[in-house]
Amino acid sequence: MKAPTRQLDVDLAIEFAGIRSPNPFWLASAPPTDKAYNVERAFAAGWGGVVWKTLGEDPPAVNVSSRYSAHFGHNRDVLGFNNIELITDRPLETNLREISEVKQRWPDRALIVSLMVPCVEESWRAILPRVEATGADGIELNLGCPHGMPERGMGAAVGQNPDLIEQVTRWCKTHSRLPVIVKLTPNITDIRAASRAAKLGGADAVSLINTVNSITSVDLDRMIARPIVGHQSTHGGYCGAAVKPIALNMVAEIARDPQSAGLPICGIGGISSWQDAAEFVALGAGAVQVCTAAMLHGFRIVEELQDGLARWMVSKGYRRLADVTGRAVDNTTDWKHLDMNFQTIAHIDQQQCIQCGRCYIACEDTSHQSIAKLAEEDGTRRYEIIEAACVGCNLCQITCPVEGCISMVPQSTGKPFMSWDEDPRNPFRELA
Amino acid sequence: MNDSLKHLPQVGDVIAEREKVEAGFRDLHPPLTQRQAIIESQRCLYCHDAPCIEACPSDIDIPRFIREISEDNINGAAQTILEENILGGSCARVCPTEILCEQHCVRNHHAECQPVLIGRLQRYAIDHMHFAQHPFVRSADSGRHVAVVGAGPAGLSCAHRLATHGHRVTLYEARHKPGGLNEYGIARYKLVDDYAQKEIDFLLAIGGIEIRYGQRLGDNLDLDTLERHHDAVFLGLGLGDNRRLGLDDENAPGVATPGLLPATDYIRELRQSDDLLQLPLARRCVVIGAGNTAVDMAVQMARLGAEAVTLVYRRGVEAMAATAHEQEIARANGVRILTWARPEQVLLDHTGRLAGMRFERTELRDGNLAGTGETFEIGADAVFSAIGQCFDDHSLAEAGELARELGRIRVDGHFRTTRQGVYAGGDCIAPGEDLTVQAVQHGKLAAEAIHQDLMAQQEVA
Ligand SMILES: Cc1cc2nc3c(=O)[nH]c(=O)nc-3n(C[C@H](O)[C@H](O)[C@H](O)COP(=O)(O)OP(=O)(O)OC[C@H]3O[C@@H](n4cnc5c(N)ncnc54)[C@H](O)[C@@H]3O)c2cc1C
Ligand SMILES: Cc1cc2nc3c(=O)[nH]c(=O)nc-3n(C[C@H](O)[C@H](O)[C@H](O)COP(=O)(O)O)c2cc1C
Ligand code: SF4
Ligand code: SF4
Ligand code: SF4
Repeated sequence: MKAPTRQLDVDLAIEFAGIRSPNPFWLASAPPTDKAYNVERAFAAGWGGVVWKTLGEDPPAVNVSSRYSAHFGHNRDVLGFNNIELITDRPLETNLREISEVKQRWPDRALIVSLMVPCVEESWRAILPRVEATGADGIELNLGCPHGMPERGMGAAVGQNPDLIEQVTRWCKTHSRLPVIVKLTPNITDIRAASRAAKLGGADAVSLINTVNSITSVDLDRMIARPIVGHQSTHGGYCGAAVKPIALNMVAEIARDPQSAGLPICGIGGISSWQDAAEFVALGAGAVQVCTAAMLHGFRIVEELQDGLARWMVSKGYRRLADVTGRAVDNTTDWKHLDMNFQTIAHIDQQQCIQCGRCYIACEDTSHQSIAKLAEEDGTRRYEIIEAACVGCNLCQITCPVEGCISMVPQSTGKPFMSWDEDPRNPFRELA
Repeated sequence: MNDSLKHLPQVGDVIAEREKVEAGFRDLHPPLTQRQAIIESQRCLYCHDAPCIEACPSDIDIPRFIREISEDNINGAAQTILEENILGGSCARVCPTEILCEQHCVRNHHAECQPVLIGRLQRYAIDHMHFAQHPFVRSADSGRHVAVVGAGPAGLSCAHRLATHGHRVTLYEARHKPGGLNEYGIARYKLVDDYAQKEIDFLLAIGGIEIRYGQRLGDNLDLDTLERHHDAVFLGLGLGDNRRLGLDDENAPGVATPGLLPATDYIRELRQSDDLLQLPLARRCVVIGAGNTAVDMAVQMARLGAEAVTLVYRRGVEAMAATAHEQEIARANGVRILTWARPEQVLLDHTGRLAGMRFERTELRDGNLAGTGETFEIGADAVFSAIGQCFDDHSLAEAGELARELGRIRVDGHFRTTRQGVYAGGDCIAPGEDLTVQAVQHGKLAAEAIHQDLMAQQEVA
């Protein structure tokens, strides 16, 4: 038995697009939310909500055997995860029945139903009332599945076409009273086109990202990409830690797009720690969804996610998630608005330096030859920044194995803020 | 040695469980599994101008071979090691890495205090290599023929490198097996499963090297003859003799005191033994010395089943040549280390056999070691002296014009002795560090020097 502990003075509960949830951590539509058994275990573990594994019209989809593959780090840490699964492979009736049972048993949790049906109004009109009848809190439109379904004119095939996004969203708003979250595919050139279309169609929110087209690796003996089905493979959808930077950028792009202003964003993609979640929130997300991290570690990670986020919020004086949402958006801008007069320079803490020489060779071979290698009397070496040559690129700091050993120190240049538009070196300055 | 200890019981008389004894002589450090090797290889930072390389006497490109292991290119890793150190497999097992490569690993710094296990990764690469063809090739026959005397690490390394350059090599070895101290001296649990011979088989597979056994320079072989029949001579004679304690009753040549002998004699027997249970066991023994040989002797006797093993050294622990790691192994095996005492007299029983030793306590007086006059005795069935090996001058008795330095052969920066065409390396030369890896390096560099000199002669001619 654990000893009772003091409650943290922070409220993680949210209301997102009209949907209430005791905390901002939802499980994304995927195998973890495939059926009542998993979802109830997730709720028992503490997840605030789930997006039920995508439903479609009967007959249900059929999956192949051998479905996942991964991009591994050298210690077998999973950097990225890839799947070739389709939407639910269970009958619609079974899913709907389980959804209503679970919702009744867990009334305080957010239960959103993900949907993907053919791109004709009739199909949507038919399924929406049945979903509404379960008592679910909202629907999420899966317009982003990159494999299998697009070949059938669904998923990403819709999500890559703004007109279709707007159209499908409008049908849903017309034929259902439930909040509509449009889930976006990252397999598109400018994500803002998709969010603008969703907004035009009347969406209550967008969620992103769905998975990125991917091939994780190739079996070089058999000359088959992975995952291997018989003697073949196909591209899948990429997710997990490696996609976080892609997802963060897309979330920020939408958050600072005036044409999508006010549209709630649910952040998804590579979230595995509370810091990841906080970063999505800082760039504009009002809730987050997790899939891969739960698939790799089980539902229990939600405890660390909640506790870490709550303690950090307390330490910063934030009382509600809404206090954090979008805090970093205004500081994210276009390149041309950056301060051309800002100067930062690398500094090596000699106390921490272990003399591995990585910063030296990185800068010497590939950057600005700004690190000097000096031989000490006792035969050891010493690395020093040549400040006059350092352009402040951060490469040495990134390659240094000792965290905190190299710091980038902003210099006081005495010069005023000057954007590229104002910079005399800009040949197009007059035009700007 | 047999004579000197034949009055003692055999290990098998005292210890019944064979398995227990044999277990003590398996790998001291078990080899890394694949998973351990991958994880460990990931710890390497792939340093630029890596300090570990500087600290390896044989110049192995350590970050490179470790990165190759991490990329599952085991043959590549093995080749990286072998192209600088053809005995990389035994060095990986016997090098005191704690004072060599691993001591200089940057991962020792406060951030981690734990070096990359370079030696064990090196062993992993060599143990798991599989070459369809021998990874080294011989250049076209040069028509030159070099004599290498002594088939220890220095001689073998020299012969191999000479062979790659296309020279023919005849190795003259006094004993009936090659390997030198790899075969006869290294602690048994450091080189198990006849590894020395397997490694030599691999080395010789390059071709062009012939070994003649039972050929002892200074005995049935002389330098003049060798010079006449060969274009150059390399001496890798090692240290054939032991320093003496300098006491009354110490073995005069031919007159052995039962129970008193050099540690290396016993170790040689131990290395060659097919049945450990038949070795003589000194239940209470004393080892005199402070180097790795002394530690090896003490630990091996303890593992054979001795009840009381005492290592006695005349100075303090900090002055011991055995590394801190070796000392730790000794203590872990129950060896008692007694410092600041020097042997004063061998104690004999009424039959003339050794019964113990009397020691005098020592201290530093004005920076010099001095006896305090206080004495004590330790009872023992055997006393092993391990106070250092020395060059056996008998080998070169007739080669007077070969200059010596500090009792060993003098060479220049290219391993040339003072006699034209005669080179030397390994333990037998003056600046020797008495390490296997050092001997390998000497042999390699001497071969390069011989090659250069032979080629230069060719140009002149
Ligand atoms: C007990 C002991 C333990 C050791 N443990 C370690 C260790 O753990 N790690 C480490 O790095 N080093 C260790 N060493 C040191 C290491 O073994 C030596 O530095 C290394 O073997 C030297 O190689 P070498 O070729 O110069 O000489 P050796 O290995 O001694 O080889 C010399 C060879 O020449 C032959 N020979 C000698 N005289 C003649 C002659 N006149 N004619 C023909 N042939 C001759 C010998 O039979 C022998 O085969 C240890 C040494 C000893 C004694
Ligand atoms: C095996 C698997 C199946 C998935 N199935 C669906 C699905 O049916 N519907 C959907 O909208 N997204 C699906 N996804 C995408 C996830 O919901 C999520 O958007 C994506 O994995 C990114 O989040 P993550 O990095 O936390 O995994 C699936 C992902 C995985 C790994
Ligand atoms: S990379 Fe870091 S630890 Fe390595 S030499 Fe440079 S500053 Fe020192
Ligand atoms: S040969 Fe010895 S010193 Fe050199 S890297 Fe290998 S283990 Fe270390
Ligand atoms: S010093 Fe250590 S970390 Fe650096 S290259 Fe050598 S083994 Fe690797």
